[in-house]
Amino acid sequence: MSSLISIRNLTASVEGKEILKGLNLDIGPGEIHAIMGPNGSGKSTLSNVLAGRENYQVTGGEVLFEGRDLLALAPEERAREGIFLAFQYPVEIPGVSNVYLLKAAVNALRKHRGLPELDAMDFLTLVKQKMKSVEMNPEFLHRSVNEGFSGGEKKRNEILQMTLLEPKFAILDETDSGLDIDALKIVADGVNRLRNPERSMLVITHYQRLLDYIVPDYVHVLSGGRIVKSGGKELALELEERGYGWLETQPRAAAGRPA
Amino acid sequence: MSGSQTQIDQFLDREYAAGFVTTVEMEAFPKGLNEDIVRMISAKKNEPDFLLQWRLEAFRNWQQMVHPQWAQVVYPPIDFQDIYYYAAPKSKKDAPKSLAEVDPELLKTYEKLGVPLHERAALAGVAVDAVFDSVSVATTFKDKLAAHGIIFCSFSDAVRDHPELVRQYLGTVVSQGDNFYAALNSAVFSDGSFVYIPKGVKCPMELSTYFRINAQNTGQFERTLIIADEGAQVSYLEGCTAPKRDENQLHAAVVELVALEGAHIKYSTVQNWYPGDKDGKGGIYNFVTKRGECRGARSRISWTQVETGSAITWKYPSVILKGDDSVGEFYSVALTNNYQQADTGTKMIHLGKNTRSTILSKGISAGRGQNAYRGLVKVLKGAKGARNYTQCDSLLIGERCGAHTFPYIEVKNPTARVEHEASTSRIGEDQLFYCQQRGISAEDAVSMIVNGFCKEVFKELPMEFAVEAQKLLGVSLEGSVG
Amino acid sequence: MNPALDRYLATGAALAARLPGSGLPWVRDWRERARRRLGELGLPTHRHEAWKYTSLAALEKQNFEPLASPGTVNDVAAWQLPGGAHRLVLVDGHFVPGLSDLGRLPPRSVVKSFADALAQVPYLLENVLGEGEEPDALAALNAALATDGVFIDLGDGVVVEQPIHVLYLSTAAGSMSTSRSLMLVGAGASATVVEEHLGLTAEAYFVNVRSEVRLAREARFEHLRLQREGTKAQHLGALRVRQAAGSQLISQAVAMGALVSRQDIATHFAEPDCQARLNGLYVLGGRQHADHYTTIEHASPRGTSRELYHGILDGHSRGVFTGRVLVAPHAVGTDAAQANHNLLLSREAEVDTRPQLEIYADDVKCSHGATVGQIDENMLFYLRSRGVGLDLARNLLLHGFAREVLEKIGVASVRERLEQLLIERLPEHENLEGIL
Repeated sequence: MSSLISIRNLTASVEGKEILKGLNLDIGPGEIHAIMGPNGSGKSTLSNVLAGRENYQVTGGEVLFEGRDLLALAPEERAREGIFLAFQYPVEIPGVSNVYLLKAAVNALRKHRGLPELDAMDFLTLVKQKMKSVEMNPEFLHRSVNEGFSGGEKKRNEILQMTLLEPKFAILDETDSGLDIDALKIVADGVNRLRNPERSMLVITHYQRLLDYIVPDYVHVLSGGRIVKSGGKELALELEERGYGWLETQPRAAAGRPA
Repeated sequence: MSGSQTQIDQFLDREYAAGFVTTVEMEAFPKGLNEDIVRMISAKKNEPDFLLQWRLEAFRNWQQMVHPQWAQVVYPPIDFQDIYYYAAPKSKKDAPKSLAEVDPELLKTYEKLGVPLHERAALAGVAVDAVFDSVSVATTFKDKLAAHGIIFCSFSDAVRDHPELVRQYLGTVVSQGDNFYAALNSAVFSDGSFVYIPKGVKCPMELSTYFRINAQNTGQFERTLIIADEGAQVSYLEGCTAPKRDENQLHAAVVELVALEGAHIKYSTVQNWYPGDKDGKGGIYNFVTKRGECRGARSRISWTQVETGSAITWKYPSVILKGDDSVGEFYSVALTNNYQQADTGTKMIHLGKNTRSTILSKGISAGRGQNAYRGLVKVLKGAKGARNYTQCDSLLIGERCGAHTFPYIEVKNPTARVEHEASTSRIGEDQLFYCQQRGISAEDAVSMIVNGFCKEVFKELPMEFAVEAQKLLGVSLEGSVG
Repeated sequence: MNPALDRYLATGAALAARLPGSGLPWVRDWRERARRRLGELGLPTHRHEAWKYTSLAALEKQNFEPLASPGTVNDVAAWQLPGGAHRLVLVDGHFVPGLSDLGRLPPRSVVKSFADALAQVPYLLENVLGEGEEPDALAALNAALATDGVFIDLGDGVVVEQPIHVLYLSTAAGSMSTSRSLMLVGAGASATVVEEHLGLTAEAYFVNVRSEVRLAREARFEHLRLQREGTKAQHLGALRVRQAAGSQLISQAVAMGALVSRQDIATHFAEPDCQARLNGLYVLGGRQHADHYTTIEHASPRGTSRELYHGILDGHSRGVFTGRVLVAPHAVGTDAAQANHNLLLSREAEVDTRPQLEIYADDVKCSHGATVGQIDENMLFYLRSRGVGLDLARNLLLHGFAREVLEKIGVASVRERLEQLLIERLPEHENLEGIL
């Protein structure tokens, strides 16, 4: 089966320091992959590189998305092609209301797909319906993006955007961090509703807890900028029990989707 | 007034420990200032002609200048003709050849101040240049430092032994006409310290100058010049004290730092000049010009100061960030109690690309003390990617003091990012009461709160100094609450 | 001496007999004292700390002259506030009744031109105008030359629901329009005054406006200064407020026009429990220069002040901000917070900012912050990661940055008009259509 996204020997650095040291990963359509790993292993670097943040320099390797060179695209082009990053720390943008952002994003996407822009009424109807699904109060539409939101509200806002933008490939970067169990369930429900045979996801997390709710097809362990072990969902439980220490002494495992 | 207020007042009312006078035979030039005095000082030091001419030019500059007016500092006009511009302990020979020849009274003085001048003493990791009134009386560890090619000596010795270095660097950071007091200093400076760290050398010990004003009616006008050549590193400390006297005395120093490519200079000051008594009588007028230039790429200059003394402090240790990727830092604690006034801060002038500066200023006002932060962050056109972060915090103790913040931010490059934050808080009776209720005395509570407030600055000081600074702050605050 | 200064003094002396109120000895005395004070102080230069960053050289170079009568303006429909307003129109420094529409005002309220007030109800002005010296040289210049202005006197408890819209139009090249306004707001009374400035000529002219405001106990007053002068204009504006116990001031200053503009805004908490909010926005391009100099004097206990100024600087423009917060001894319980943020959009734009605190009391809570920089990279990336293109993302962020100030404006019609004006000034602003 051909991959939706294929990461080959990827190396990347931040402020001159190499973080990713040859990462390989293939994700097929509809698959959910989880990446786990200790702090500093490169999890967030991977998500930022895939989304195209400028101060992350790719120093080698390639990333193919639907067979095309992803790294050549600007961040907004990647988003329009169907890549979505749910941020670990969504930035607060004072003065810019949520509804402006959502409208600008939805219209940009529709234009890219050759669809007409939604009129104001249709757009509001659509947004309100989606907000309901992630249990967000419609008043959030007119509040500034993420400003003064609680941790849980910020994460729900991320999932709302994802629901509206219907990406082909979503990266959830430590989406569970800072969430209590109720908020975690709402967020996981939102994500699970979006699961379908075409949509792939990369779930980055430190803890196995999230994977009880968003059950992955594959689990990879990232350590020292490489994937050092891959397995099924049971690997997450093993990690929960044994920690990451034992993996660092293991020989480097074949990376990517197990054949 | 409440009970806790009175307690804090008592706490703030401690004695100035360094206020004694040393009896030693002195020689001084006649009072007053004119060209002859300038020539006499130069002749006394057997200076080369270039330096005499430089002094005279400064003097002529000074005569044309008007005394600076500062909104936040108030004092009666200074009579510049009523000051001795040169006073020095009489020694048998012109200069002591070794520590053994230094007048034992002077050695005792420094011992008493906690700055022993014998090399086996407590401050073993620190080389000291001791300046007493107008002259340097001793410099320790000279030979050990010389082995690394480091020059650490009195300014007079530097003029005699390394005139080419003095000529090359003197006045290149603070010119003779820079400001009123810098011009005055340039004309009449009598001694000071000189440091040269050669290429690639990391100075193996802390260098330190200890300034002592002893004689009556004298001004102290020292000049310090520190040059860190390419890749060199040095940490330099200065301390200062003076006897308790009813008259005000003038201290107008100039410090110039030059950091060449990749060099680091760390300059720390614990200023404890006599602050005057609790009614505002006496004390030192501390009018100082300190400036460093990051001349080379990736150089770094860091100023740390703890200002607890002086009746009036007027100083702005600054950094000119000329080299690309150079770094300037200013960490300051300034405390004013009783009738003390401080107007201090810094200037960070960003010229080079990707230059960075950090300013952290902590002002503590107690009694009737007035404390002003005055700072300039200037980013010029060429300073692409320049960054500055400034934080100014004021702590008020008692209702008769003042805390003022005057930042100036001038940005001419769009890629620069400059951030300034300031806040003011006080030690409240509720905080004190809380501590007391938990069994902590008001004194300890104030001391705890003040030390917490200053912690970020203290951690920039070399270890020995940090401890001294903390103690000093406790002493200076005595009796401030009420 | 200074020839320009002499010229303005001579103009003032020559006009004295014709200026409004010249029949009243105390008004003549007021103007004469102002001329004397101006002569003593001289026009400010860079050597004055308060004028470190702004030059009045244009006033010295060009001889601006007051016009004896207003230029022709046929109608002001284009500038009416859609939600309705009590409108006063001044053209070239003269009140034009035909263009004004005061509508229905509540009882015990006086709203009229300054000249009419001096002619009809001088006793209402005497105590305030005649008291003390003019605070600075430009106030003195204003007093010496004021041809007209606005007078508002609201009795205790009077609430004026609709905004009072004062429209200042300049029609002539080389003209000097000087207006003095006096606004007295009674105990518990409430009003909003919008002073809007427009230029109908592309040439240079000079506007000098000054409003003196007195807020009685518990009064509530919102003042807007919308400076949209012509691109070669010199604009000097001032608002000086004195607040009695429990009164509330909201000041909004928006600068988009003029070549050189200076706004002096000062409020004095004369009694306890006052509140003030000072907001400002300057959006500049070309060679525009705008200076905002604000002073909040906490002279009494338990005052609260909040200040927020944002600047967007493009082209060769220069934005200057000074925010002085003074806390007098015994002004315990003071709570003051201030922020000034600036975005530089071009290589040649400049910002000078001075947030200042002068505190003489210990039981206070004061803070200030200032930033200068570019559009935040993290915000930009966030928007782009949602598929929003770079130019649109930038405009959304600029719009949001300005809106943080504009959204504090209480008059909806003004807020919407300003948002529209703002959008028109953004580069490639068409991309915002359909989104905002």
